[in-house]
Amino acid sequence: MTLADLKPGQSARIEAIDTSTAAVVRLMVLGLVEGVDVRFQHAAIGGDPLEVSVYGSSISIRKEQARQFRIAESPDGG
Amino acid sequence: MGEHGEFGFPASQIGIRRRARSSIAVIGNPNSGKSTLFNRLTGLRQTTGNYPGVTVEKHVGVADLGTSAVELIDLPGIYCLSGESADEQIAVDVLLGRVPDMPAPAGLLVVVDSTHMYQGLYLLEQLLELRLPTMVALTMSDVALAAGLSVDLPALQARLGGIPVCEVSATSGHGMEELRQALASLSSTAPPAYPQSWPELSRGAEILSGRTGGGLARIDVIQGLLHPGSDPDRVLCDALGEEAVRSSRDELFGSAPPQAVEARTRYRWVQGVLAQAQFHTPLLARMNARLVRWINRPWPATLGFFAVMVLMFQAVFSWATPLMDVIDVAASGLGQWVTLRFGDGVASSFVADGVIAGVGSVIVFLPQILILFLFIIVLEDSGYLARAAFLMDRLMRSVGLSGQSVIPMLSSFACAVPAIMATRVIPDRRDRIATILAAPFMTCSARLPIYALLIAAFVPNQAVGWFNLQGLVLFGLYLLGIAGGLVTARLLKSSALKGPKPQFMLALPEFRWPNLQTVAIKLMDRARIFLKRAGTVIFAVAVVVWALAYFPRLDAPALPAERAPVAAAQASAPAADQQAANQLAQSWLGRAGRSLEPLFTPLGWDWRVASAVIAGFPAREVVVAVMGTIYAVGSNADEASLASRLRAATWPDGRLIFTLPMALGMMVFYALCLQCAATVATIRRETNSWRWPLFAWTYMTVVAYLAALMVYQLGTFLVP
Repeated sequence: MTLADLKPGQSARIEAIDTSTAAVVRLMVLGLVEGVDVRFQHAAIGGDPLEVSVYGSSISIRKEQARQFRIAESPDGG
Repeated sequence: MGEHGEFGFPASQIGIRRRARSSIAVIGNPNSGKSTLFNRLTGLRQTTGNYPGVTVEKHVGVADLGTSAVELIDLPGIYCLSGESADEQIAVDVLLGRVPDMPAPAGLLVVVDSTHMYQGLYLLEQLLELRLPTMVALTMSDVALAAGLSVDLPALQARLGGIPVCEVSATSGHGMEELRQALASLSSTAPPAYPQSWPELSRGAEILSGRTGGGLARIDVIQGLLHPGSDPDRVLCDALGEEAVRSSRDELFGSAPPQAVEARTRYRWVQGVLAQAQFHTPLLARMNARLVRWINRPWPATLGFFAVMVLMFQAVFSWATPLMDVIDVAASGLGQWVTLRFGDGVASSFVADGVIAGVGSVIVFLPQILILFLFIIVLEDSGYLARAAFLMDRLMRSVGLSGQSVIPMLSSFACAVPAIMATRVIPDRRDRIATILAAPFMTCSARLPIYALLIAAFVPNQAVGWFNLQGLVLFGLYLLGIAGGLVTARLLKSSALKGPKPQFMLALPEFRWPNLQTVAIKLMDRARIFLKRAGTVIFAVAVVVWALAYFPRLDAPALPAERAPVAAAQASAPAADQQAANQLAQSWLGRAGRSLEPLFTPLGWDWRVASAVIAGFPAREVVVAVMGTIYAVGSNADEASLASRLRAATWPDGRLIFTLPMALGMMVFYALCLQCAATVATIRRETNSWRWPLFAWTYMTVVAYLAALMVYQLGTFLVP
C-alpha cells in the first residue's frame, strides 16, 4: 500500500521510501521520512494533487510521488 | 564571527568581500512569521533593495535594542541549505558569505514557528553547522497555545546545545523584550557546539576541514558532501581529491542520495526532541477547525477560489470609484486653475495639458492599484496563494507547468513586474521562463484605464440575464489574457522550453489572519513604487507627448482646408477646439501618426489613435493620458468628456472612427500587447539575456495586432 491509496481522513505510518527520484528526496526534506505518521487530508478536484499532513504541517504532493512512499495503516487511522 | 567568514571559498569565487559592518541574518521556513517578526523589530527603519545581479528583493532594517542597535537582514524562507530556486539560493549565498560586497552575517536569528517546529528544527540543525552565534525565536506562541501545543523551553534549549531560545508572538508583542535583550548580546555569544542531530557528519566534516588547513570551513565541506555535482562539491574535490570525497560519502551515506540520508537522520532526531520537549493537549475539535476542514474539501475550495477572484475584481471597480472621482476632480480643477490664472501660453499649456493632465490621468488609478495589491498581499500573507497553487495544479499541468506558476500569474493581475520577480520560487529554469512569458498576458492594473474608458464609452450599459454587459466584456478581456498566457506557456513548453515534467511540492500553510503591519508596509512600498513611476517615466512620457503635440506651432489662426483634414470633420466644434485640432494635425505627433496611419487603417484606427498607441509603448497607462491630450488640447481632459469626444470623432468622410468593433479590437490589442518597458527590463534581468524580452515583445505585439485586425474586420463584416 502506498500514500496514494489512502482515503481522505486516513492516517498511516511511512515504512519505506523509494529515493530514486529527486522529487521524492525533496519531499523527504519537508519531513516525509520513514517512521513518521502522515494523514491524508483531501485531494484537489480530479483526485490530484493530494494534501497530506505531517506533525501538523500540510504538504501538497502529486500522486506520482505519493506512490513512492510505502505505508502501513495506523491502528487509529480512519 | 565564525571562521568560515574569514575563509570559505577561494577568493575567485567569493568576489570582493569588504569588511563592512556585518548584520544579523533573520532566517527561517517560509510562512514561519519571519517577516512579521522582522517588521516588528525594525518598524519603518528598513529599506528594500536588490541583491547585486539578481532581482531578489533585499530587506535590510535596523532594530532598536534600547542601549544599542543592530542591523537585520530578512532572508527568503527556506527548508534546507540546498538552494533549489533562485530565491532559496540567495538565502544560502548570504548565509555562507558568498554574495559580492556583502560580508557573511555576524549571527543568526533563526525563526521557528511553534506550530511547525518539526520543519523549523530541521533547518536549525543545518544552520548550526555554520558555527555562527545563533539564537532562536519561537514565533506564533499564542497560536500554538490556542492549538493546545506547549513547549518545555529548558529541555528544548538543552537539546539545542544551550543556544538562547525566546518564545514570542510578533502579533501581540509578547516576549519581544526578552528577544531584544538576547539579540543585543548575540554577537558576543560563543558559536554553538556541534548540532546533536548528526554528530557523525559534523565530526567527519570537521576532520576534512582540518585536512584543507582551514581553507574550507566545516559548512563548506558539508555542502560539498551533501550536493554531489554542485559547485561546493567541485571546490571540495579540488581541495581533497575526488577519491577522499567519494570514500567519505560512501561512509556517511552508503548508496542512498545524501540528502535523503540527511533527512532520515536529522528528522529522526527532531522527532525525539519533540517527543521530549513539546506537549500536545488534545482540544475538542473546535467549530473553527471543522469549518476550515470543510472549506478545504475539493469542491468548496475550488468554488471558494473563484468567489475570491470575483470579489477581488468587483472590489477593484466598485470600491475605488469614490476615491478616483476625488483625484479626477482635483486634477482637472488644478489644470483649469492654472489655465485661468496663467493664460494659455506655452508654460501654462505645458503645466496644465502636459504635466497635470498627463500625470493626473495616471494617478487617478492609484486607488484601484492599491486595492488590487491589498488583495494580493492579504492573500499572500494569509497563506491563501499557496492554497490557490494547490487547487490549480491540475489546470497548470495541462499546459506543461505546475501549481507553482499560479502564484506569479495571480500577482500579475496587479502588475507583471513583481509577478515576474515572484517566479524565482520556481526551481526549473524552463518552467520559470515559460511562466515569465505567460505572466505579462494577465490583465494588469495598467490596462484598466483603457478598458474603463472604452467600455464606458462604447459598450451599452444593459443587463444580460443576471449580468451587466459592460461587466461581461471586462470579464471576457480578463479571460482573454488568461487564455493568451496559458496558450503561450503550452506552446513554449512543447517547443523551445521542452523539458522534464515539472514537479510540484509545496508546504501548505494554514489560513492566518494577515498581520496589519506587514500588509501596511508592503502596501506602502507598492504605492511608493507606483508614484515614483508616475513621477518619472510617465511624467517624462507625458511631457514628450505634450511637446510633440504642441510643436511646431501654427502661425495663423485661419488655415487652408487641405492642411487641416480634421477641420472639416469637426465643423460643428467651437472655433477654439477647431484651431486646437488643426494645431495637433500638423504637430510632430500628428505627422508621425499620419505617416503610420496606413499600417493601422486595417484595424480601424485613424492617425490619432495610432499616435496614442505608439506613445503608449513605454508604459501602456499613458495611452489614456495621450488620448486625453490629443482629443482635448485646449480644453479639460477629464474622462467623461474624453469619452464623448471619442464618440464624436470621425474620419474625413464623416464615418465614425470609434465603432463597437473598433473599440473591441482596440481593447483586444491592449489585452495582448506588451506595452511596458518596465516588464521588458524585468524579463531581461530575470532571464539574464535580451533574447527572451525581445521574443516576448515581438510575439505579443504581432499577436495583438492580428487579433485586433480579426476582431475589427469580423465585427465590421457582421455588423456593417
